[in-house]
Amino acid sequence: MPIFDIDFETMPREGLEAIQLRRLQTTIARVYATVPFYRQQFDNAGITPKDIQSLKDLQHVPFTIKQDLRDNYPYGMFAVPMEQVVRIHASSGTTGQPTVVGYTRRDVDTWASLMARSLAAAGAGAGDIIHNAFGYGLFTGGLGAHYGAERLGASVIPVSGGNTKRQITIMKDFKPTILCGTPSYILHLAEVADDMGVDFKDLFFKSGIFGAEPWTENMRQELESKLHLKAVDIYGLSEIIGPGVSIECKEEQKGLHVFEDHFIVEIIDPETGEVLPYGESGELVFTSLTKEAFPVIRYRTRDISSLNPTPCACGRTFVRMTKPAGRTDDMLIIRGVNVFPSQIESVLMENQTIRPHYQLEVDRKGNLDTLTVKVEINEKVFSDDIKSLQTMENKIAYDIKEMLGVTAKVRLVEPKTIQRSQGKAVRVIDKRNF
Amino acid sequence: MLAEQISIFIENKEGRLAEVTAILRDANVNIRALSLADTTDFGVLRLIVNDNEKAEQALRKEGFTVGRTKVLAVEVSDEPGGLNKVLDPLWMQNVNVEYMYAFANPQCKNAIMVFRFDDHDKALEILEKHQIKVITTEDISRL
Repeated sequence: MPIFDIDFETMPREGLEAIQLRRLQTTIARVYATVPFYRQQFDNAGITPKDIQSLKDLQHVPFTIKQDLRDNYPYGMFAVPMEQVVRIHASSGTTGQPTVVGYTRRDVDTWASLMARSLAAAGAGAGDIIHNAFGYGLFTGGLGAHYGAERLGASVIPVSGGNTKRQITIMKDFKPTILCGTPSYILHLAEVADDMGVDFKDLFFKSGIFGAEPWTENMRQELESKLHLKAVDIYGLSEIIGPGVSIECKEEQKGLHVFEDHFIVEIIDPETGEVLPYGESGELVFTSLTKEAFPVIRYRTRDISSLNPTPCACGRTFVRMTKPAGRTDDMLIIRGVNVFPSQIESVLMENQTIRPHYQLEVDRKGNLDTLTVKVEINEKVFSDDIKSLQTMENKIAYDIKEMLGVTAKVRLVEPKTIQRSQGKAVRVIDKRNF
Repeated sequence: MLAEQISIFIENKEGRLAEVTAILRDANVNIRALSLADTTDFGVLRLIVNDNEKAEQALRKEGFTVGRTKVLAVEVSDEPGGLNKVLDPLWMQNVNVEYMYAFANPQCKNAIMVFRFDDHDKALEILEKHQIKVITTEDISRL
């Protein structure tokens, strides 16, 4: 499989680290001079840019959190004057006020090449037709993938999200070979295709690039068998650059290659902030090395992952992060137990009962938290016998208890009653008022 | 000899049952017999209708989960002890009833019961041996 940027993507560690240090020092000096927030952070910590003598010294630099970006809404974190900003995006605002990010012409260019690398890792090349169902607009998914596809020399269909039936007609007629979108929207699309009598076997996809929300290995199997393609995970967030921070390769599908020549990645203990060694699970933290308009220093992503430094069989040498297991901010604490929606998803898929349409409802009755897992019934598992349906509910509840130590009520619901989203799926409804 | 029943998953929500029967009405399907088994959250509606194909298609189109199950429709004489004539030989040979419900039949003086047994083949054999009449799907759509 061709590697888009072979000089960088297969670079030995020492060479990479030399580049990283040089770029880090430049970035730090620049943000210190141009962004009052960072100058304040450094001053408070009693350090100056000159103290960054090695990559290890980054550990003394304070973290940046989402709230810092919100406090500086909209342009306070920009490191260049507005005349140099050619593009503005914003985060989806899932958890509150969106954060605004900017790109210089060179940033857009960097991003396009990172997305071209990503598409190539997923098996795309110049002759491919890319069906881009990521949303276009303030969300970075659509335009990110779009520019990457053009950089790669592939043809891109900028279909965006929504208009699902029309998308299926386009898939039949335009014969795209690479599919991009959020996994929950793509599964919805697969359902609609099914209703329309369209079998993905008869379409032309070889790979699918899915991201913007955490999804599990079981979900991969579901996507691959339903859509007849290789499913790879892509990772990114607007605060860092957008999609294309890291990607799985089609050959191995074992961890996402982080484009370390543009970002330094760390894993920290979310409680203590301490940097964790390779292999240990914690919160992903990124520092940008080449961003001009909106550099971030030690940005806490809230995503949970771990890092593997072993070079991949595909030839890429960058460190790999595991598929994000969930987010510290969608982590539910139910009667003192930490629960990620993705863990519940694994149990559901292991029971092979349920299509991955589910929703968690958390409530508080008296002083007790209650968790209800709503799962949609389907014809494969439906039985006219109430007892076997109840057995199925109990079995899932038992497995959840076994795996997570949490008592849940499992409730079967009619198909298509859990709301489908065009973008990120709404997995949790928390009715508790804290 | 087996008759076919269609089963539908319905959540316990106001008006949901009426929606199912309205869909069948609009598809011009006649319900011959039904039973509803339920829990607090959901129920399974079991139906014997005059046209399974049409009923299933109409319900699926509206997004319902529909299953088909083989059942036995049996004539039961309308007199004291009538049901025991059917059940006694079955339980004596360890055939168990999973569920049963009655049939609306204006044309016959005997009652008709729909049974789901844990072992249909064995049940059928026993019923034949005891000369108990089993109604076929064709009979049902002709009723």
